[in-house]
Amino acid sequence: MEGETLMSIVESLLFVAEGPLTLQRLAEVIEGADKSEITAALEQIRTDLESNRRGVRLVEVAGGYQLRTPKENADWVKKFLGGRPARMGRATLETLAIVAYRQPVTKAEIEAIRGVDVDGVVNTLMERSLIRAVGRKDVPGRPFLFGTTPEFLQLFNMKDLSELPTLKELDEITLPEPVGEGVLAEGVDEEL
Amino acid sequence: MSTNFQLEIFEGPLDLLLHLIKKNEVNITDIPIATITEQYLATLELMQTLNLDMAGEFLVMAATLIHIKSRTLLPESDAETDEDEEGGDAREELMKRLLEYQRFKEAAGELGQRDVLTRDVFVRATAPTEKPVPTAFRELSVFELLTALRRVLERLPKDEFHEVTLEKITVREKMTLVLERLRDDGQVMFESLFTDAGTRMAVIVTFLAMLELVKIRAIRIFQDRLDGPIIIEAAVGVEQAAEVIAKEAIEEDQDGR
Repeated sequence: MEGETLMSIVESLLFVAEGPLTLQRLAEVIEGADKSEITAALEQIRTDLESNRRGVRLVEVAGGYQLRTPKENADWVKKFLGGRPARMGRATLETLAIVAYRQPVTKAEIEAIRGVDVDGVVNTLMERSLIRAVGRKDVPGRPFLFGTTPEFLQLFNMKDLSELPTLKELDEITLPEPVGEGVLAEGVDEEL
Repeated sequence: MSTNFQLEIFEGPLDLLLHLIKKNEVNITDIPIATITEQYLATLELMQTLNLDMAGEFLVMAATLIHIKSRTLLPESDAETDEDEEGGDAREELMKRLLEYQRFKEAAGELGQRDVLTRDVFVRATAPTEKPVPTAFRELSVFELLTALRRVLERLPKDEFHEVTLEKITVREKMTLVLERLRDDGQVMFESLFTDAGTRMAVIVTFLAMLELVKIRAIRIFQDRLDGPIIIEAAVGVEQAAEVIAKEAIEEDQDGR
């Protein structure tokens, strides 16, 4: 198959696909092109979109490929789509970080690190499919073990969990600047 | 000041402590316990004055701080050695927890700085498409299912003994097991779900689990022809259902606590 034809087909499939499209799936659909040819086409599409500063970019997320808008256009897209801006509260981020790095992890283990009850936030994260029960720990009470989902990878623009930066060693930890003098931080809503 | 405001204080006692440590420009590994305890308690008081909801964890931490502080106040000669160690351990323990929490706070910060979907980057909005149901298959009636269930029950070995073992598995647990099986195999035969169900109770629990799953649209049960084998497969809501079940099970756990 001619390179340009293949690129064109791959781009069309990326456009119509719901969610990240895997190389495997592309290879199943596009008969007459092997995986290495498809990978080359993907790479060509990626660099084309990148170098021409196009309004969509090819990103590897959650084990597949997806067309996403670049960050510099975020304000325009948000204005167009309307709705309230997505924000993520600290409780959400901290809990997600603990699950991401420590998975599989129980609720009690998350609580031990955060020093607060995490029932509410764990339930919310489950509802949003960002974490899921992946098993049960073999200790009294058989508590659920939680892990992250493909939706988590999609949300944070990650190809896989190896994209998580290495956790700092304990002796590398420095405290950030305090946030002003006020002891009261403005309520952070939990909306994503 | 209007009382109609929603303020969130620190994420928890560890968060508050980290803030105080930073404010005093001291090191986590070398906390001036008297100063920090004093400021910690003052903050708690402020929170109470403002009538803010305070999680019990804040008070537990206050007790820990006071405990550590009291250890340091005792003259060394008066303190018994093992108690001394206890105080030192509590201090060491707190230091470790603070470092560990700080570590994840930083990791959370980095996570929040990524290109977050629907905040920084966006994907094309997709119109929901209904997956077409293959017309070659027919859905079964409950009566046909009951007939199939009777066949399974008839095949059970005749139990010559009194049953004294308590069947431990619940319908909900069985639902999870069925879903796991479907996730691995895609499709299963009706009968094969009952192969390891040795008792009447186990068969019925499995059957009820199956009905529940149909009800929440997690699975489909069908035949490719009348009197053909009954096939069970995952339906559109399977992932969602798995999570809902897991969540309900957790809630149940909590209620039973």
